[in-house]
Amino acid sequence: MISPARFIAVLVKEFIQMRRDHVTFAMMIGLPIVQLFLFGFAINSDPRNLPTLLELNDDGPIVRAIVSGLKTSDYYNFVGIETDPAKSALALRDGTANFVVVIPSNFERDVLRGRSPEILIDADAADPTALGGAVAALSGIVNIAVDQSMQGAARPMPSQAGPTQPFSIVVHREYNPEGKTATNIVPGLLAVILSMTMVLITAVAIVREREKGTMETLIASPVRPIEVMTGKIIPYILVGYVQTIVFLVAARLIFGVPFDGDPFAFFLGFNLYIVVNLALGFLISTVTRNQMQAMQISFFTILPSILLSGFMFPFAGMPAWAQTLGTAVPATHFLRIVRKIMLKGAGLPEITGDMLALGIIMVVIVTLAMLRYRQTLD
Amino acid sequence: MTDAPAPAISVRGLTKIYGDRAVVDHLDMDVPAGTIYGFLGPNGSGKTTTIRMMCGLLVPDDGEGSCLGYDIRTQSLNIKEHVGYMTQKFSLYEDLTIRENLDFMARMYRLKGRRKKVDLALEDLGLVDRQNQLAGTLSGGWKQRLALAACLLHEPRLLLLDEPTAGVDPKARRDFWDEIRQLAASGVTILVSTHYMDEAIQCDYIAYIAYGKKLISGRSAEIPDMIGLHTFRVEASDLTALEKVLREEPDVAQVARFGSVLHVSGTDLPALKALAKRYQNEGRGRWQEKPSELEEAFIYLMTGVRDNFAESSPEGDGN
Repeated sequence: MISPARFIAVLVKEFIQMRRDHVTFAMMIGLPIVQLFLFGFAINSDPRNLPTLLELNDDGPIVRAIVSGLKTSDYYNFVGIETDPAKSALALRDGTANFVVVIPSNFERDVLRGRSPEILIDADAADPTALGGAVAALSGIVNIAVDQSMQGAARPMPSQAGPTQPFSIVVHREYNPEGKTATNIVPGLLAVILSMTMVLITAVAIVREREKGTMETLIASPVRPIEVMTGKIIPYILVGYVQTIVFLVAARLIFGVPFDGDPFAFFLGFNLYIVVNLALGFLISTVTRNQMQAMQISFFTILPSILLSGFMFPFAGMPAWAQTLGTAVPATHFLRIVRKIMLKGAGLPEITGDMLALGIIMVVIVTLAMLRYRQTLD
Repeated sequence: MTDAPAPAISVRGLTKIYGDRAVVDHLDMDVPAGTIYGFLGPNGSGKTTTIRMMCGLLVPDDGEGSCLGYDIRTQSLNIKEHVGYMTQKFSLYEDLTIRENLDFMARMYRLKGRRKKVDLALEDLGLVDRQNQLAGTLSGGWKQRLALAACLLHEPRLLLLDEPTAGVDPKARRDFWDEIRQLAASGVTILVSTHYMDEAIQCDYIAYIAYGKKLISGRSAEIPDMIGLHTFRVEASDLTALEKVLREEPDVAQVARFGSVLHVSGTDLPALKALAKRYQNEGRGRWQEKPSELEEAFIYLMTGVRDNFAESSPEGDGN
């Protein structure tokens, strides 16, 4: 019943139309590259050079060591020294400083006496992700400063090292030892950009047939839905291939993102992901009447891919209901596949669960799409 | 209807409801094979919806029927193989060339010797040297010819034409109808919807629908008799004034102007005769009874429909 000839006819037509539509074609290839560069460089959840103000209520060798430590650390952009608490509070409020580091009075003396004085960090926590790394780095800086300035001097007893160094927080950064955001963001971007172009373009390509009336010609011919669906989808799978290749090359050469895992597992995972997205685009096209609606709904699916997938925020940190929602988002699983394979050197066994999840999502979407795409104009 | 051939399309009680409005309301229709069947009615009367249901593009909400011997509900795929459907709006790909469009349609129907058939169609169209031009750049008349050629590629037994000549110049329309008649002569059944009177006259059979209901159907020649319309031909010096007066007469259903004469029609023959006599005696025009023709019949139908918009009486009483 299913005819390869008709499938090929749709395929050929789709390629011709794609070739003639220069703008869309350029967008499909060009935009991902632009986005990769833009976001790869711009998004940084571990920002450096945050403006910092030092409020000094004491002076001495340790304090001076701390000041020079802060000055050399690239987490901080040192904006000045203040002694008036009111002024430093104002600096924090008006954004002159993101941090105010307060050295209390009698700090030197208390350190020497092993009283473990408290250094207060007043942080502008309006953007919490911006501060985490810097706060953690500060304790390291203070520790080093205290250590260095007390070498050869009357040092507190080594056995009391724990209590006297309450700032000492050790941060382990597994798989991304340099804490580079790009290493995390770039593979995630692949998931987001693929989903963006694939869903949107498929949805629009099909809705356009309905809007222009050509769908009526298609439906009036003996062509089967599956022939239309595959014929329309496959050209865009190839577009997805091109995007991915460009992406991987750029990730490697420009951002230095490693590819440690099994390329074959990656290949399987990303094909599955592309098909899921195209099917989703197809489904959207069956429930919308014009290109504007198709675009609106496509964008609606893109936000969860960014916000609930673990791309922007750690998946485990979301509330349980949000995690449940996120599990239904294809990007969530592909994101894990890509990160596992590229960064952690995973192979097929480690991604089986994610592949299964993607498979289930695909079956659901394809079934819905086939049910919705009827061979009538109803 | 006597000696009607076996119908190519036969539907009973065909109904389509959008929201709470019956766009097509229990429509019965038989299209005899090998004829040109005119499907008439004002805009929005449900012609397109009916045609779409007949070839399986829409599923009827009620009713049943067959098309070329296949069930319109369950065998739409078989119907599609043998039907050529030309949509009201140009619905080939404007960003494909003429040749690519024909080639695409030929592939859709899995035609053997596709290249040759496309070449032939291009020759028939006279578009061989423009075959690589984008279809979107063609004029209205050429688009229509291309669309017809595209839906004839697979040599359908039934041709459904939905207002095929809308927006096409008179010369192209005449050429188009020449082709339609040739097709009918070769045995293809043609169902054509139109609201041009001069096209309706070319049809062997006619159905007139309004607001989803069939008002009348039959052989074209029999339609005026079926309505029971009687017509007088009136020649007068001041037609415009006379027309105005006649319109106020209760026994006159309609007054239509044909060049330098008026056709005055009504359903009540004795009353109309009396009226004619009275006017004649008063010296207002030369009155002469003539057989009612399709023109009068259609004007009558259309007027009746407009007047009976609120009530859905199947036949206008002409007021």
